[in-house]
Amino acid sequence: MGASQTHSEHKFQDLVDKTGFSLEQIINLHKRFKQLSGNEDTISRENLDSIPALATNPIRKQIIEAFFDKRNQRQDEVGSFHEIGFEQFLMVMSHFRPPTLKTTEEEREVMRREKLRFLFNMHDTDSDGTITLDEYRKVVEELLSKSGAIGLEAAKAIADAAMLEVASTNVPHMEPDEFYEGITFEHFEQILKGLEMESRMHIRFLDVNTTTMHCGK
Amino acid sequence: MAELLGSSSVRSGRASFCLRVVGFVLLLVFAAAASASRDISNGTSKEPNPAREEDPHHRSNTTHHKKAFPVLSFNYEHVRTPFEISLWILLALLMKLGFHIIPRLSHVVPESCLLIFVGLLVGGIIKAIGEKPPILDSTLFFLYLLPPIILDAGYFLPIRPFTENLGTILVFAVVGTLWNAFFIGGMMYAVCQIEGTGLGGVDLLSCLLFGAIISAVDPVAVLAMFEEIHINELLHILVFGESLLNDAVTVVLYHLFEEFAHIGTVTVADAFLGVVCFFVVSLGGILVGAIYGILGAFTSRFTSHTRVIEPLFVFLYSYMAYLSAEVFHLSGIMSLIACGVMMRPYVEANISHKSYTTIKYFLKMWSSVSETLIFIFLGVSTVAGPHSWNWTFVVLTVILCFVSRMLGVVGLTYIINKFRIVKLTKKEQFIVAYGGLRGAIAFSLGFLLTNDKMKDMFLTAIITVIFFTVFVQGMTIKPLVDLLAVKKKKESKRSINEEIHTQFLDHLLTGIEDVCGHYGHHHWKDKLNRFNKAYVKKWLIAGERSTEPQLISFYNKLEMKQAIMLVESGSAAKLPSTLSSVSMQNIQPRAQPRGRIIPRISKGREEEIRKLLRANLQKTRQRLRSYSRHDLMIDPFEDNMSEVRFRKQRVEMERRMSHYLTVPANRQEAPPVRKVYLADDGDSRAVSGRRATQPNLSSPDAVSLLDESSQRANQRSPDPPRRGPELQESQEEQDQLKLSRCLSDPGPNKDGDEDKNKGFIP
Repeated sequence: MGASQTHSEHKFQDLVDKTGFSLEQIINLHKRFKQLSGNEDTISRENLDSIPALATNPIRKQIIEAFFDKRNQRQDEVGSFHEIGFEQFLMVMSHFRPPTLKTTEEEREVMRREKLRFLFNMHDTDSDGTITLDEYRKVVEELLSKSGAIGLEAAKAIADAAMLEVASTNVPHMEPDEFYEGITFEHFEQILKGLEMESRMHIRFLDVNTTTMHCGK
Repeated sequence: MAELLGSSSVRSGRASFCLRVVGFVLLLVFAAAASASRDISNGTSKEPNPAREEDPHHRSNTTHHKKAFPVLSFNYEHVRTPFEISLWILLALLMKLGFHIIPRLSHVVPESCLLIFVGLLVGGIIKAIGEKPPILDSTLFFLYLLPPIILDAGYFLPIRPFTENLGTILVFAVVGTLWNAFFIGGMMYAVCQIEGTGLGGVDLLSCLLFGAIISAVDPVAVLAMFEEIHINELLHILVFGESLLNDAVTVVLYHLFEEFAHIGTVTVADAFLGVVCFFVVSLGGILVGAIYGILGAFTSRFTSHTRVIEPLFVFLYSYMAYLSAEVFHLSGIMSLIACGVMMRPYVEANISHKSYTTIKYFLKMWSSVSETLIFIFLGVSTVAGPHSWNWTFVVLTVILCFVSRMLGVVGLTYIINKFRIVKLTKKEQFIVAYGGLRGAIAFSLGFLLTNDKMKDMFLTAIITVIFFTVFVQGMTIKPLVDLLAVKKKKESKRSINEEIHTQFLDHLLTGIEDVCGHYGHHHWKDKLNRFNKAYVKKWLIAGERSTEPQLISFYNKLEMKQAIMLVESGSAAKLPSTLSSVSMQNIQPRAQPRGRIIPRISKGREEEIRKLLRANLQKTRQRLRSYSRHDLMIDPFEDNMSEVRFRKQRVEMERRMSHYLTVPANRQEAPPVRKVYLADDGDSRAVSGRRATQPNLSSPDAVSLLDESSQRANQRSPDPPRRGPELQESQEEQDQLKLSRCLSDPGPNKDGDEDKNKGFIP
């Protein structure tokens, strides 16, 4: 036990530097990872699918996909994994860290861009760098998927209106025969500027060991 | 030279206008003073003021010879009370009006300061006449003046930031107020024990009582001040939320110390009972408010046939919540807030658009009047009240208040930041500390003190602290905010993209929490939402609205708003160059058949929008008809030249009218009431009069444009079957039949129309 522990701690130290989590947080997340994977070294989509609490979430599929998306590993690769290891799991989680008091303005900007990039990747399912109208429609449909028939009808209208808004704010003057291909990352950043993503998109990573508490598996 | 003279005459014109206003106002002041003095002198027999006329009929004894039939008689007694009340309110409102005419003044000095100053003036005048000025009566204050302000604040409370920061707010409200009370009380007592200050008679409990009164941050003052500085949402909700929630603490402490001040000793059991009392008071207040709120929501489910009384339900249930809580000495303010918060989402889904507007306007109006009256009366009471000025006591109070507030905020933030994810920076801490104003609640509580030997001194000190915080801190906070470059409130309205992504984020974060395996903030919020959707909404919302997801209601509201703005802006014809020319064609993939390129909305909504357009097209028509006759005198040569331009504009206008989704120009409605704001989501006290006043009358361009389109309608030129032009055509036909109508607005739609659609237009 002793030798392997120092080995994993050594590995964890690397991860601390890479992802910015603290050692306790990484240890806790590792325990959770083991729990999800059934003590294996990798997680597959089925493992995540079987979390009961996720069942009621309308965007469940997108969330699970995000874990297996290579673009979220910050290594400029495209495509998706079949299974992910602990390091990839942590990388995805690190998108949800909050800023601290010591984060400078530039770091906040970088953080915001990273988080927006994560969201963008979730919407842009074919990895072509733009969110087309169809993709956006799918997003809204999924959001409203738990609301029955009303949801589906309105989803199309809402997506169209949203797209129109993006186009209007970013490219104000278009000729009637010009075509707006899709939302690029810059446009995406522009429209969500007001939401201050770095203060909103985070969860609380506790330093307490939570896996001993009751949670789904 | 001529210009100079011209401009100076304009300026002197303005100056003379101002003078006239001031003169009129002074006249009114004298009238108020006279009536007040009449009031007092009727009670106590003082020698009659020679300026007043005595009516012989009033004092006439029965004489034996026949009187002539009185053609004109004078009976002031009959209407005295309502007359005086109305006079005071009128005076207050005229003052408010006056300040906004003088622009430079209202930029430098916050309104609350000016109102107190006016109160001082009025009080001074009344005293100079030789009469006793009226004092801010505590019953009047707590039962009539305070509830509208709190209801307004509670009903439009922005829920999301409030719940996100609830922990912080509670810590500031409870622990902060307790710290303030005990620190100030304790230090005062310590100083009073020092020989030579002449304050030896003040015992510990009195000091603590005084500390309890002076420690609470006042919601009225905070609201009045923060409204003018447009600070960012987080700071606003922190200070404001604290001022609301500390009421429970204040109530408990006040009653506790007042009881014990009579008895003289405090035991541990009493302290324990005090803690229990605190929980009872706060939770009980919230419970009472929640019950009334649910009752109100439930009632509003059935009001579809009697729309006119809907606003009354909201007001009365809330007021009853407040009064019921006061009966049991629970926290009335928390009850009122709980009632408003509880009621609002369900009531808004049930009531009509007009009721919604009525509620909003009435709440703003009442709270505005209340606030004005409170500040003026504060000024008058200052002049009136018996004062006992003790340099040490007063100066010490002011300093201690300031110091304890600073220490309290800094200390608490240090602890809170360990638990907060988004930490509070030093600048924000400073603003929170500096924004802790004291106000009329402290004064009224002090006034209620029965133990009179210290009362005068306490009152003087309280008034001084109030003046200090309102004047000094109120005036300097705006430049400080600018100096420290604190983030201001973001002005933009919610867009559909932001709403989509807010919802998306909620679900995403809940999902990530689930993957991580711990039940955090988002998990519980999600559970609450699902419970709400599954059970509560079914009971409290009428009809199909109960199953409408939030995103859809938001989208519908947004569309309505844009439709209203688009049409009520008089003419979409005036197209500024900044307006986007993007339309649906630019987004739809080319391959799609040009079937129905206009996004659909549900039938009910469509009907409402159609009615709106109809009503407003009518209005525009009526207005413009008068101009069109005028226009016939335009130079025909000019007409020809602009033909081409107008045709182009007309095409664009129709395209706009055909779908309701364009981003409207920066024109917005500018209602005359200062605090009203047409946006969504409880941005209640947002922009104060900075909205560009939008010109109501259309320019001649628009005139000829619509004339053009009416001509077009006559010709029935073949256009592609788009919804907008069709709508316009049929309406124009109808309108031409009504040519002989008068030129004013057609008047509001009868309420019978509203019944058909259960929707509402915000």
